[in-house]
Amino acid sequence: MAFGPHGFGHWEGGDSPLRRLQEDINRAFGDMRWPQAVEFPPMNLWRGPEGVIVTAEVPGIGLQDMEITVHQNALIIKGRREQPTHAAGVSYHRQEREYGPFARTVTLPFNVDPDSVKATAQNGVLMIELPRPEADKPKRIQIRAV
Amino acid sequence: MTDSVNRKAASGETGAESTRNVPVFRPAADIYETKDALVLVLEMPNVDPGDIDVTLDKRVLTVLGRGKSIVPEGYALSQAEYRDGDYERSFTLPEAIDADGIAATVKDGVLSLNLPKSKPAPAKTISVKTG
Repeated sequence: MAFGPHGFGHWEGGDSPLRRLQEDINRAFGDMRWPQAVEFPPMNLWRGPEGVIVTAEVPGIGLQDMEITVHQNALIIKGRREQPTHAAGVSYHRQEREYGPFARTVTLPFNVDPDSVKATAQNGVLMIELPRPEADKPKRIQIRAV
Repeated sequence: MTDSVNRKAASGETGAESTRNVPVFRPAADIYETKDALVLVLEMPNVDPGDIDVTLDKRVLTVLGRGKSIVPEGYALSQAEYRDGDYERSFTLPEAIDADGIAATVKDGVLSLNLPKSKPAPAKTISVKTG
């Protein structure tokens, strides 16, 4: 199964620091076969007889900050991590976290009934359960001796 | 799984070895200074608030987080872009921090540490007498 159809999702806003860094790295090591840095949020995909579970690391983003949609066999996760607004006089010593909008699309191996999808989030990890429809499950064929 | 680099790996695993057979990540951090405090914000997804240790030894602040392992029952990992693991990172703090006033909160896998600046000791005036 592949994530797609556009490969991995992408941070919208092509000018994000992460993207620029990635471009710099690509320029410097363009001919090296380094694995591509994963887009945000990084996801793990689990398969089981009952369907598929997608987990994603979304630290600092609650369920209310995300929009999860399922259309046929496409799972779309969209959201935005807001940068905290500070009063005047606040100075940053380090800024390593990424902010801004993100969106990813995952192609599933089956069409999902949107009403049966369950999404939960705990400790910055999102879990989306995507059950396989009954009609789509493999059928065991009874074999009778003649 | 080994051919995927994730943000945590990009931000670097620490050199220290854990006794647990899990990777130890260096959590991404934002640090900013307000008028009366230094604020540290660290990303530690998949760590229960109870599994985070923050210690201050002299001027070195160390944050440790033990990550949980999420394995949905009956499911097998088919594609991985991130790994579960622990988090560890140390910071050398500026002198003027009120160690007793440090406050820690966790929300959605993000640890925020508020380190209040200590009040400067009132300047002493030394009177000079003519001898």
